[in-house]
Amino acid sequence: MTDLLEPRAIGQGLVRRDGELKVRGTATYAVETPVENPAYCHPVQATVARGRVTAMDTAAATALDGVLAVLTPFDAERLASTEDAEYAVLQSDEVAFRGQLIGVVIAETSEVARQAADSVRVTYDEQEHDAELAVDHPGLYKPEKVNAGHETDTAEGDVAAAMATPQRDGGVTLERTYSTAMYHNNPLEPHATTALWDADAQFLTLWDSTQGVHPDRAAVCEVFGLEQEQVRVVCPYVGGGFGSKGTPHANVMLAVMAARALPGRPVKLALTRQQMFFLAGYRTPTIQQMQLAADRRGRLQAIAIDVVEQTSRIKEFAEQTGVPARMMYASPNRRSTHRLAALDVPVPSWMRAPGECPGMFGPEVAMDELAEELGLDPVELRVRNEPEVDPETGKPWSSRNLVRCLREGAERFGWAERPRGRREGDWLVGYGVASSVYPTMRQATSTANLRYADGRYVAEIGAADLGTGAWTILPQITADALGVDVGDVDVRIGDTQYPTASVAGGSSGTNTWGSALVVAARAFRDKFGGSPDDGDEISGDVDQAAKDDAHAPYAFGAQFVEARVNADTGEIRVPRLLGVFGVGRVINPRTARSQLIGGMTMGLSMALHENSVWDPRIGQVANHDLAEYHITVNADVGEIEAVWLDEHDPYVNAMGSKGIGEIGITGTAAAVVNAVHAATGVRVRDLPVTLDKVLPGLP
Amino acid sequence: MDADITLRVDGETRRLTVDTRTSLLDALRERLGNPSPKKGCDHGQCGACTILLDGQRALSCLALAVAYDGAEITTADGLARDGELHPVQRAFLERDAFQCGYCTPGQICSAVGVIDEFEKGWPSHVTEDLTGEPEITHDEVAERMSGNLCRCAAYVNITPAVQEAAGA
Ligand code: FES
Ligand code: FES
Repeated sequence: MTDLLEPRAIGQGLVRRDGELKVRGTATYAVETPVENPAYCHPVQATVARGRVTAMDTAAATALDGVLAVLTPFDAERLASTEDAEYAVLQSDEVAFRGQLIGVVIAETSEVARQAADSVRVTYDEQEHDAELAVDHPGLYKPEKVNAGHETDTAEGDVAAAMATPQRDGGVTLERTYSTAMYHNNPLEPHATTALWDADAQFLTLWDSTQGVHPDRAAVCEVFGLEQEQVRVVCPYVGGGFGSKGTPHANVMLAVMAARALPGRPVKLALTRQQMFFLAGYRTPTIQQMQLAADRRGRLQAIAIDVVEQTSRIKEFAEQTGVPARMMYASPNRRSTHRLAALDVPVPSWMRAPGECPGMFGPEVAMDELAEELGLDPVELRVRNEPEVDPETGKPWSSRNLVRCLREGAERFGWAERPRGRREGDWLVGYGVASSVYPTMRQATSTANLRYADGRYVAEIGAADLGTGAWTILPQITADALGVDVGDVDVRIGDTQYPTASVAGGSSGTNTWGSALVVAARAFRDKFGGSPDDGDEISGDVDQAAKDDAHAPYAFGAQFVEARVNADTGEIRVPRLLGVFGVGRVINPRTARSQLIGGMTMGLSMALHENSVWDPRIGQVANHDLAEYHITVNADVGEIEAVWLDEHDPYVNAMGSKGIGEIGITGTAAAVVNAVHAATGVRVRDLPVTLDKVLPGLP
Repeated sequence: MDADITLRVDGETRRLTVDTRTSLLDALRERLGNPSPKKGCDHGQCGACTILLDGQRALSCLALAVAYDGAEITTADGLARDGELHPVQRAFLERDAFQCGYCTPGQICSAVGVIDEFEKGWPSHVTEDLTGEPEITHDEVAERMSGNLCRCAAYVNITPAVQEAAGA
């Protein structure tokens, strides 16, 4: 149990503190940092999917007026560590995927840098590549662990036996394969860095677009063999990341290398939108083979998910897609496995709700199919499989209100009156539902410093605000922990000059940084009382905050979708989307709602639009820009509403809050597929749901 | 090749030298140090670089600076006058019509342009009656704002913010 704060500022929908800067456009993002006399970088990328660079002719590039330097694998500095192959830029002549960085031009202007990069002539010794994922890929292997430290495989009971027997008493079994596409995070701000190397002081300053200045610094220090004291990373604003800026990518190392080649001169390196499709991470496509067995009342007897996905040959990232099926519903027999194919492809990485986002697609569509087979209401089917304790760990839930979310959502959405294949003019109408889930995580390290100065409380922590609202809600938490007006509190973030903070990832930011701030604030009060002196100062670590290990902490939710499918063209529209969530105490309803609807809208985008169309012949995304990689635009969204239950959870942290940045994207795509099925009778099992998949089955 | 041009940016006369390949967006961001118009794609696909160019919304990444000598440019920063935010900016704050803020200046310039287009009676793809005055409905605004991508997906807040600022 934690000692819950009494909410005063917490719960208020305060307007964003960084809002005015953002609506004016004067908040400066990494590449916009005003620096004296910057130089501009443009990368050179490999144009083969596998092979060796045999020569790079840079003569035309260096001859151009305004070119300051051209770096290639043949002359770039040797890095201190090449252990992480993604970061080992320009360290060897080997090409591991098309688009890999093989050079950089630094020039007086961005135009000249780009022209020069284009004029570099590269010859390759090209080798045959393997860039096609298949469920029976001969190279499939079992990774040691999957992302976030989860077990690769789990098994309990005997799924095969349960799949073989249930028909006897009127139960059903279901075996289906589902797949999700390759997705690219595509934050609207391209990955970018301004870097300055002071050779005399041996000091590096990076203004980098990152979800964590301290993890960013740690990676750069490792790669370049620098001490923490030699590097400062600054990032007050991030133009979105959704995981792709959670770890630095190769572009950051290239920017540092460019800066070190030009000591004293700040360099700027912004990836183009097209380059991001090779270099900034992505979500692996997933193939999910599901098995469900249920008795005739719908109680699961078996649930199994066998996942096949890809990673890159040079660096493993194993998305934990099978993880949510381990804990969502009760079942005596269960299995989950993950197998990877290591291909000649760019390095996959985190994208909003890694694991839970794709992993709530197959299972939640399968539950809908099961409900249909049993003639049960899909809401009711989920209610009947509510586990009393966490099936994976056997621990009681810190709080689990999935059933309340389902019932409340059904009520608000008009689920009881749901149409089934109702035709309204040219449109077929149907409703669908799916559950949402996300674990409540707290990172192990973060420290906040709190000081009283000039009549104000000033807290510092190297946290990040990538649109999540940290600038605004951290003061709310601090104010309540101190028992003062939120207007008297400043919280400064986004700089390694402030104490260490964990990455803004895993929806763990507020839980982690907020807990550190509460520790600091309570210690401050204990030590200095209610009327501190100017300069009184104390720090607090997250590891001093009460931590409960006896419960399974998760946020849950339910999403409801109305789909309308044009009976003649198969065009799919979603006029209504409702999410009901149990996310503990909401710190700022205004920014929280934005996070939830933002996640849900991205889920809608995944359901209907997003698809990195992979061309295995050349090993690249064919639609690698925003004209062809479609994301939801304004006219694609109708009513999207997110509401939350009044949920009390005394176990998660002193704020009583759960993470909300990712849960919104989980389950949405399944709810859309289920609604399209209700409207048309067509079950699309491979995302995205596009009209060509629906059209042949229309009545 | 370089060229000397003059731009009026947010009410100020600015003389600058540009490469003849420099886009208006890069002229503003890299040569004049004005970060308000954002670069999201550089290809006319995202709307982040939207400015008001001689009063109309325009994608500054698709315009060559050298072709706009003497142009009057307003960025989102310039919409705020004497420390007072523009009504569209206030509505965006109130409705939380953004998260990361990177698409936001473009959305706001676009919205100002859209409101002006309504006032001029310009129809859109979803206008039913091409002879009447288009109404500032949800669908009309959503359609007209669809050239401005928001990856944070604040759309359901953006549309009512624009409607509200337009006095609909
Ligand atoms: S930067 Fe101009 S439209 Fe994207
Ligand atoms: S606010 Fe982040 S892209 Fe729109």
